[in-house]
Amino acid sequence: MSFINKPKVRHPDLPQNQLGLTRRDYEGAMSTLCAGCGHDSVTSSITQAIWELNLRPEQLAKLSGIGCSSKTTAYFASGAHGFNSVHGRMPSIAAGANAANKDLHYIGVSGDGDSLSIGFGQFAHAIRRNVNMLYICENNGVYGLTKGQFSASADIGTRSKKGEENRQAPVDPCLAALSLGGSFIARSFSGDREQLVPLIKAGLMHKGFAMIDVISPCVTFNDHVGSTKSYEFTREHYHEAVHTDYIPARTEITASYGAGEVLPVQMHDGSQLRLRKLDKDYDPNHRGKAFEYLRTRLRQGEHVTGLIFLSPGHDPDMHEMLHTTDVPLNQVPYEQLHPGAAGLASILKRYA
Amino acid sequence: MAQPPATQDRVNDFVIKLANVNGTGSASANTMLMKSIFRMGVPVMGKNYFPSNIQGLPTWYEIRVTKDAYVARSGRVDLMVAMNAETYQKDVREVSPGGFLIYDSTWPRAAVLARDDITILGAPLAKICNENFVGVRNRILMKNVVYLGLLAALLEIDVEVIRQLLTESYSKKPALVEANMKAVQLGYDYAKQHLPCPLPLRVQRMDKTRGSVMIDGNTAAGLGAVYAGATVGPWYPITPSTSLMDAFKSFCSKLRVDPETGASRYAVIQAEDELAAIGMVLGANWNGARAFTATSGPGISLMSEFIGLAYYAEVPAVIVDVQRVGPSTGMPTRTQQCDILMCAYASHGDTKHVLLFPSNPEECFYMMVQAFDLAERLQTPVFVMSDLDIGMNDWMCPELKWDDAYRPDRGKVLTKEEIEALPKFHRYLDKDDDGIPARTLPGVSPKGAYFTRGSGHNQYGGYTEDSAEYQVVMERLLRKFKRARTLVPAPVIEATGTSDIGLVAIGSSRGAVTEARDILAKRGIPIDYMRIKAFPFTKEVEAFMASHTKIFVVEQNRDAQLKSLLTLETDVPKSKLYSILHYGGLPMTSKEIVEAVAAELGDERRAQVAAAT
Repeated sequence: MSFINKPKVRHPDLPQNQLGLTRRDYEGAMSTLCAGCGHDSVTSSITQAIWELNLRPEQLAKLSGIGCSSKTTAYFASGAHGFNSVHGRMPSIAAGANAANKDLHYIGVSGDGDSLSIGFGQFAHAIRRNVNMLYICENNGVYGLTKGQFSASADIGTRSKKGEENRQAPVDPCLAALSLGGSFIARSFSGDREQLVPLIKAGLMHKGFAMIDVISPCVTFNDHVGSTKSYEFTREHYHEAVHTDYIPARTEITASYGAGEVLPVQMHDGSQLRLRKLDKDYDPNHRGKAFEYLRTRLRQGEHVTGLIFLSPGHDPDMHEMLHTTDVPLNQVPYEQLHPGAAGLASILKRYA
Repeated sequence: MAQPPATQDRVNDFVIKLANVNGTGSASANTMLMKSIFRMGVPVMGKNYFPSNIQGLPTWYEIRVTKDAYVARSGRVDLMVAMNAETYQKDVREVSPGGFLIYDSTWPRAAVLARDDITILGAPLAKICNENFVGVRNRILMKNVVYLGLLAALLEIDVEVIRQLLTESYSKKPALVEANMKAVQLGYDYAKQHLPCPLPLRVQRMDKTRGSVMIDGNTAAGLGAVYAGATVGPWYPITPSTSLMDAFKSFCSKLRVDPETGASRYAVIQAEDELAAIGMVLGANWNGARAFTATSGPGISLMSEFIGLAYYAEVPAVIVDVQRVGPSTGMPTRTQQCDILMCAYASHGDTKHVLLFPSNPEECFYMMVQAFDLAERLQTPVFVMSDLDIGMNDWMCPELKWDDAYRPDRGKVLTKEEIEALPKFHRYLDKDDDGIPARTLPGVSPKGAYFTRGSGHNQYGGYTEDSAEYQVVMERLLRKFKRARTLVPAPVIEATGTSDIGLVAIGSSRGAVTEARDILAKRGIPIDYMRIKAFPFTKEVEAFMASHTKIFVVEQNRDAQLKSLLTLETDVPKSKLYSILHYGGLPMTSKEIVEAVAAELGDERRAQVAAAT
């Protein structure tokens, strides 16, 4: 993907996180996406979230497929290794990388074409496998790099820039993830940083596959009247069901909430999520109800956002299912991997 | 019954073929038959010809008792054990003149199926089982064991050896040992009373299997991956490679468990398809684990896009291709060497890959370790080109050895200190002029961070669409491939010192070629032999081609893929090369090589061969 290096200019008074790093230390190369692209707002939210989480850049690995969205990984955390793989196959790279080293934080950034068309199979199976990663789908309903074809998330009745109407049913990544057993499923909007930043932090700290579908309008090919993924349409049909606050471990909780409105969720690292239910009838811990709620609202043309579902139980991640050691597999000493010449002689007795 | 022609004694030198129905338990009885001969110190070869089916279709098992330790098929059938009524007609025809056929005489046999040049022996196997065993399934299973007993008597196989093998197989179920031994005894006694024991085909104890093992290539390769230190094995099931990852997992489940926590020091991940399997292999290798996958031709087709990424982004990977008959689904349970060109140049754009050609299970073991060292040294995918014959048949080969001094060659992976001592890290910069840049692993240092990409990049690791910058990297990749020529194993050359005729082969053709050379030498036609072990071709390959005037290229595919690769990648003139092709799906025989060489060498030599036959 194309990028331009950003000049390093530092303001002496920039705020620092606990590691003494400023937000600039978590930035990447200069974006070459179109001016006003929703994806750049997502990049900004990711940068903010990882800075606030006090993660060292090298503790992250950034993974993507192909497409406009997949360029995002170049635009934040230049101190982290990145892997821009092939179209629709980022989940398998992530699963393999995670298998080798369970101790890093994995952020995958994909798009609606990359995740829901060419990569739908890998997307589905990464959810089933519960790979411990944050998976962001920057969803704009079109193919940008090939100039505006509908993607699989295009809504019925939405019109392309050239006026063509989409008649095929869309794939909703949240509904798909709900039915595939996803343990952390959220939807947000690139323009709502207040909602997105805590979701990214929560998703990164969630142990298992955390999927955030981010409606991220394409200013060039899908921001016109008649599109259901334009800035204007999204703002008008935006329904936040649950707001998430992320509270790091060992933080004194000062905010006050009305009784019955807040659902505290303890994370495995000691941090806490506080889910503020903006819709009183909504239960983000109930997979079936979440599914029904989303479908009902979708039929009404509304994008439900927020932390849509968080599994109430403990869903084992890929490593727990494989029962691997605490030592990352790429760090197990070679001596512990084979029984040597003597061991070989004993193995071979069966074959003599 | 017509009297057979007088048959010469064929001690420790004959072929048994067993015709069965798959899913009836015959494979374990047949393996036991082979193993008992092996345990008597007599070299054996075993080939299983099975259908792509779970139950009910014809299956054959061929055992060659070979005092001279030839590991290929000879093309003869001296004793047919015809247990499948459906293929009986074909099986009768296949017996070499002077041979024997055993059938189940519980049911009458049509007179048209008789042959007067072979001896046909009947034994009421089903009747014996019905009288002595309870339950339909049990009777079907035991029939195989009864003929094992029958053969023990006819061929003078030591029943105590069979008992020992049964004891080892059923160490946890001693009752099964007794039930099986009862069946062996029933067959043995029947033969002793009613059949002409022993036959002129006999097994006599030798001492030629000491220090050898009977192992299949997939098991040996799985074990090789354990010793190579592979920790991640993503895969998708496909015949004939499945048993490789099964073996790896089974060895790991015994050898790779943390004694304190019981946790696993390996991850075998069944992927959703081959695309995901290779993706995981790349992700894991990129992240510093040794990861590999095992597949067959159709899997390589699916993996090709990622293989190109691994080549261009320089990510190590080990891929075992247990080749089967193509094109398309082809014949999944038959063998070929048909993926040579596909693997050599897998993926779109200019790509070339390192291939290793194991010739038997022993080499599968060692080449797995070599493959990882090469993949990490060269930062590129390495293919281990096995095939169904090597992978799924038990081969007699020298006991595998391990050198405890071995340490994996992880290639140029910079440590934290090395990274931090650099003014700046550039991923694709060839600092030591060997075509190989240094790499860094995620999680080590922010200074080592870079962007891995399949899109155009310059030597600093940055994105580029600049022609010159792009070409610098592509040229360097070519230099790296040339460097690979000096790192891959050299061919094995067996020269007579007098011949200007050469023969080139790879992989599982080795057994047939070795025997064919012996036969031809006895007939006054000495031929030099080069067994290529790797691609890119080393300078020894080039020299052999230059120093012979006529070169036979023996391979198991229709399109002469090895010959094509030789003409593309060496200076050999095409006119020097003569193809001997075998691609029907069964392992090669020495006979077809002898005949093809004789035919090509012309009348004079042909007469020489004929006279000596």
